[in-house]
Amino acid sequence: MKTLLCPLNGLRNIDEFIYGGEYHAEPDRKQADRKAWAEHVFFDTNSAGVVAEWWCHTPSSYWFLVDRDTVTDQVISTYPFSIDPVEK
Amino acid sequence: MPFGLLKYGLARTYPGKNLFGKARPLKQSYDVVIIGAGGHGAACAYYLAKEHGITNVAVLDKGYLGGGNTARNTAVLRSNYLTEAGVAFYKASLELYKSLSNELDLNIMFEQRGQLTLAHSDAAVRNLRWRAEVNQHLGVRSELMFNDEIAKMLPHLRMDADARYPILAGLWHADGGTARHDAVVWGYAKEAAARGVEFHQLTEATGIDIADGKVTGVRTTRGDISCGKVIQAVAGSSSVVGNMAGIKLPIHTFPLQAMVTQPYKPLLEPHVSSPHHHVYIHQTSRGEFVIGGGSDPYPLYNTRATLPMREVLSAAVLELFPFLGEARVMRQWAGITDMTPDYSPIMGESPVQNYYLDAGWGTWGFKATPISGMTMAELVATDRVPELIAPFSLDRFYRFEQVNEAGATAASH
Ligand SMILES: Cc1cc2nc3c(=O)[nH]c(=O)nc-3n(C[C@H](O)[C@H](O)[C@H](O)COP(=O)(O)OP(=O)(O)OC[C@H]3O[C@@H](n4cnc5c(N)ncnc54)[C@H](O)[C@@H]3O)c2cc1C
Repeated sequence: MKTLLCPLNGLRNIDEFIYGGEYHAEPDRKQADRKAWAEHVFFDTNSAGVVAEWWCHTPSSYWFLVDRDTVTDQVISTYPFSIDPVEK
Repeated sequence: MPFGLLKYGLARTYPGKNLFGKARPLKQSYDVVIIGAGGHGAACAYYLAKEHGITNVAVLDKGYLGGGNTARNTAVLRSNYLTEAGVAFYKASLELYKSLSNELDLNIMFEQRGQLTLAHSDAAVRNLRWRAEVNQHLGVRSELMFNDEIAKMLPHLRMDADARYPILAGLWHADGGTARHDAVVWGYAKEAAARGVEFHQLTEATGIDIADGKVTGVRTTRGDISCGKVIQAVAGSSSVVGNMAGIKLPIHTFPLQAMVTQPYKPLLEPHVSSPHHHVYIHQTSRGEFVIGGGSDPYPLYNTRATLPMREVLSAAVLELFPFLGEARVMRQWAGITDMTPDYSPIMGESPVQNYYLDAGWGTWGFKATPISGMTMAELVATDRVPELIAPFSLDRFYRFEQVNEAGATAASH
């Protein structure tokens, strides 16, 4: 992976981005117990396959989502956070 | 020329001894199945057989014996960690390494040439002082070393005060060393096989059978096996295999790369590491410089090596040893590492009964091969969690009781 298509800035060199972790929805703040928080903070699916993940374009501090294959390192699509990755 | 060598050269059939047992069909049932024939799996099998008399054991590997991270690591052994749990555990491993060549009747080329970790900031000096105190308290040889002594020990190290990040001090760890990684797994496998353990290469675990919360068998590409207990020791595949048993782990999988230069005459005795520059280096007994550093910038299940990482490692190592500017890089490679949030392993029981985890070895697990094998075997044989590994249980993440070794691990291995 040498470049990444930033939804805001277009195709940029990969050095301009940092990886920000797997995407999953935050637990319900009113109901979540310790176990739910522990799982949210520490545990990930970490699958070998297509994963939705956070990336940031550092020069513009713009966070967005990327569907990427963690075996072939191919990016399937990049899109702004406003689109729910589960329903997309 | 020794006569034996001539005979060997002229022989039509391969006269070498088969140390690991012949390829044979899988049995339908074993007392214990170990998934992953790396150093950890082989060591566990050895101690199960030797210490506990459990020999109806199959060790499965989807590839070949010791072909995973055991073959890919930079072989650094040390015990100068930060937490009491970490120091005690890795110290016990180093003790086992000392007598391992004799125990396994195979030269594992264990050498204790010491390790120097460099500090380039006041904060790092404080951290090294802290580690030295904890280490000494637990009987590990670590002490703070200042620049005059460092310059004497390492005449080739760039000590300029006007460097971008000048060296301020170092942590000298006389116990640090290296061992031949392949020999370690071969030795354990040889001695386990001699006691009746079966090693099955090219046998991938594809599923775990569970009934009433208890493991009952392992499915493989060569057929299904029923078994009493299962240990997963699959390093970079920890989440994937854990998932087969329905176990979610706090692991992220990153490639870790390293490279090696052409050989030189001996000129660097200890291992030198700079967490600040994200690089470490030592010279092997063959003369090559082994250079490693931090993980790749994002997760991946792939062992490709990259040009950017070669540039990063080269730039960093030249800050320390400018004479390497002339050196050729002979090989560069990667392994897939299972990183935990606190840079400590996940060892012990799992949510599935009789299914045990030896995972989360990240970039630092080669040094733990003997002690992890020994303690995991004790756990499986006795169903009691050995004191040394109790702090590393999976449920520490639910208790928010991490064993933080991040500062004592990054780029030191
Ligand atoms: C570049 C690099 C440098 C390193 N440097 C150091 C160092 O200096 N010091 C240190 O202490 N540690 C170091 N490490 C870490 C160390 O290599 C590992 O933590 C350690 O080797 C793990 O041993 P293991 O036996 O658990 O895993 P491995 O040797 O990786 O064995 C796991 C085995 O499981 C098999 N497997 C996976 N999935 C399946 C399946 N489904 N079915 C059957 N088999 C399966 C694999 O084929 C593999 O052979 C380094 C790692 C790398 C990559």
